[in-house]
Amino acid sequence: MSPYGVDQRHHILSVLVENKAGVLARVAGLFARRGYNIFSLAVAPSGDDRMSRITIVVDVESAPLEQIVRQLDKLIPVVQITELDPAESRERELLLATVAVGPEERGQVIQLVGVFEGKIVDVGADRLTVMVAGAPGKLDDCEDLVRPYGFVELQRTGRVALPRLDRQTHSHVRTHQTEKAG
Amino acid sequence: MSQPELTGAQALIKSLEMQRVEVMFGLPGGAILPVYDPIIDSSIRHILVRHEQGAGHMAEGYAHVTGRPGVAMVTSGPGATNIVTPLADAYMDSIPLVVVTGQVATTSIGTDAFQESDITGITMGVTKHNWLVTDAADIPRVVAEAFHVATTGRPGPVLIDLPKDVANATMEWYWPEPSDLDLPGYHPVTEGDPILVRRAAELLLAAGRPVIYAGGGILKARASDALLELAERTGIPVVTTLMARGSVPDSHPLCLGMPGMHGNYTAVTAMQRSDLLVALGSRFDDRVTGKVDTFAPGAKIIHVDIDPAEHHKVRRADVAIAGDCRLVIEELLSALDALGLPASGRSGPGGDGGATADSRSTGASRASGATPMDALPGSVAVPGSLAATFPRERLDSWRAQLAEWQERFPLGYTGQAGEGGLKPQYVLETLRDATPDDTIVASGVGQHQMFASQWWRFEHPYTWVNSGGLGTMGFGVPAAIGAKVGRPDRMVWAIDGDGCFQMTAQELVTASSERIPVKIAILNNAYLGMVRQWQEMFYEERYSEVYLSPDLPDYVGWAESMGCVGLRVTTPEEVGPAIDKANAVDDRPVVIDFRTDAGEKVYPMVAAGASNDDIVVDPALGQGGR
Repeated sequence: MSPYGVDQRHHILSVLVENKAGVLARVAGLFARRGYNIFSLAVAPSGDDRMSRITIVVDVESAPLEQIVRQLDKLIPVVQITELDPAESRERELLLATVAVGPEERGQVIQLVGVFEGKIVDVGADRLTVMVAGAPGKLDDCEDLVRPYGFVELQRTGRVALPRLDRQTHSHVRTHQTEKAG
Repeated sequence: MSQPELTGAQALIKSLEMQRVEVMFGLPGGAILPVYDPIIDSSIRHILVRHEQGAGHMAEGYAHVTGRPGVAMVTSGPGATNIVTPLADAYMDSIPLVVVTGQVATTSIGTDAFQESDITGITMGVTKHNWLVTDAADIPRVVAEAFHVATTGRPGPVLIDLPKDVANATMEWYWPEPSDLDLPGYHPVTEGDPILVRRAAELLLAAGRPVIYAGGGILKARASDALLELAERTGIPVVTTLMARGSVPDSHPLCLGMPGMHGNYTAVTAMQRSDLLVALGSRFDDRVTGKVDTFAPGAKIIHVDIDPAEHHKVRRADVAIAGDCRLVIEELLSALDALGLPASGRSGPGGDGGATADSRSTGASRASGATPMDALPGSVAVPGSLAATFPRERLDSWRAQLAEWQERFPLGYTGQAGEGGLKPQYVLETLRDATPDDTIVASGVGQHQMFASQWWRFEHPYTWVNSGGLGTMGFGVPAAIGAKVGRPDRMVWAIDGDGCFQMTAQELVTASSERIPVKIAILNNAYLGMVRQWQEMFYEERYSEVYLSPDLPDYVGWAESMGCVGLRVTTPEEVGPAIDKANAVDDRPVVIDFRTDAGEKVYPMVAAGASNDDIVVDPALGQGGR
């Protein structure tokens, strides 16, 4: 199975942090110090400009998730930690890749990328840069299918995720939320 | 009316004054120069140390005995890196510390400027939090935040890094309201969950072989009285870890003393055989648990800790309560009331628990002259209540078992001196008996520390100052100085090793010049004794790099050169008189060089990584070490 797929060994932590200098270093440093493995990490400003959102996919074989969450919670700039069950959340990721294809095969790659609702973002004499956004598993499939043409470079952003919404308007979203007790 | 304009440096000192800081320990340098100027006009007493590490450990000693945050200030670069060890030490032992470091100007940060070091980066893993101040207007708020973070929740060290240009900039003075603190992610829990507290109370009443496992959190939470009440009402015996010595008086019949690698047989084995461990402010340190898989195998665990990350970290708890130890114990007592447990037969803490001082014995003897367990007052449960099934007599057979172990496996040593010199235990017993009950004892790290913890009799909380988690050699002398500054009314002795003393002895110059009359007992066995012990026991007596020489340096000459009284003791007859002489000095520090026997090992011992079941008691006692 592709390392990017949904996997029992991985958990997604959506961490709201204060948007201050050095916060990412504190989070990354904690993982290094305590021997926890980060599988992927994405950081960006949140809706509130005093806060940023860090989405961390952790390898829970390195330590019990409960320990990771509680240690993370001790960092002063960490405001809220939401643990997202991969089965109960919507994950998305972006893939950007330069493929070595000349004019003869260009059409095939464009077609393939089209199947995945991707876009062509740049074209060179014997290269093509493509972009695909979607669920990590879909990106895995696309990557596998395009690989035979030859990647010159491939980059993925690491996933971001939000809890899956319920179909009924009245019931609440089932995510385990570890909010700092007040 | 507009507020006065202050420089950042003035604002920093004024902020410390607003925090009611009375004393700070430090050493100036280039980047912190601006902040040293307003100190001249401040109410804060500044104690000039001889090495920045000393400032940090003094601040720790001060915090240990007063419960107030210790404050230290040093310059950038080497000044800052020299105080990293005390920060790490305070982080491990949850000591509230506020350290201010100078920093190069913001315009020079990142250019490898003279005396630049990334101290916020370096100390990220050894502080509860740290701040790099980039705007002078932030100073009062950051200082208020720093003290709040250091002293609330699980206490710990914090660091404020202040660039020189920020110290020189001006700002409009203000003092923040609590609501002005910008800490959206910091809300420590203090009160326990009532449902969990009730469940814990039920477990307490159902247990047949319970033990209270009291840790340093008891002292941090100022929960000694509450703990004593809990122990007395339930009749449950208490072990006091290295960080909790003194939280329950050693003379109390329910106090079993120290567990762990060098704990006494009864404390270690009581935990091993218990069916319920009530961990209060303790964290299942590897020096206590031994091999975790075989630690207290039959015990259910109640774990009370203000830091939820300690729960289930080493051992899964059956009931894990996040909260302040004092508040949770009080809640627990109310829950026991509700379950019908009667009040204790005694009037209050310390009522009749204390054995008299003359019940102490010297020479080859038992360590804590504890009152027998069966001396406990009885009590009557409310008929029909849950607690009616828990007359404290139900624990009688358990306490009888413990008393039997105490009888069979006391701490011991043979003679006042051996071939190689004085027995360290004899020196400690003599010192203990010649000093007031409330003497504060600081120690370094190693054999002397374990001997001190074993053979001293701690009768009051906040009388034992040592480096538990980090195990910092050299902690003793500066920590004793800080303790004496915090409690000038008390006698303060540092019990040190010769290896430890050489690491930080220069701070006795600080003590002499500042008229801080601490007393130092060097147990000088001419070795890095604990390492030597391990090499003897586990490396076939192949002694590698552990010999230090008894008389190089000349400790008496060195002490005198630092403005102290220096004494040397080589025979048992000289021990008492030298201590009396030292106790009579109160205008300068005293150092006694006790020449001790390098062959003396610390027993009992649980080898690193071994099970607590395999505890080895002193073979010389002929008790047939298990």
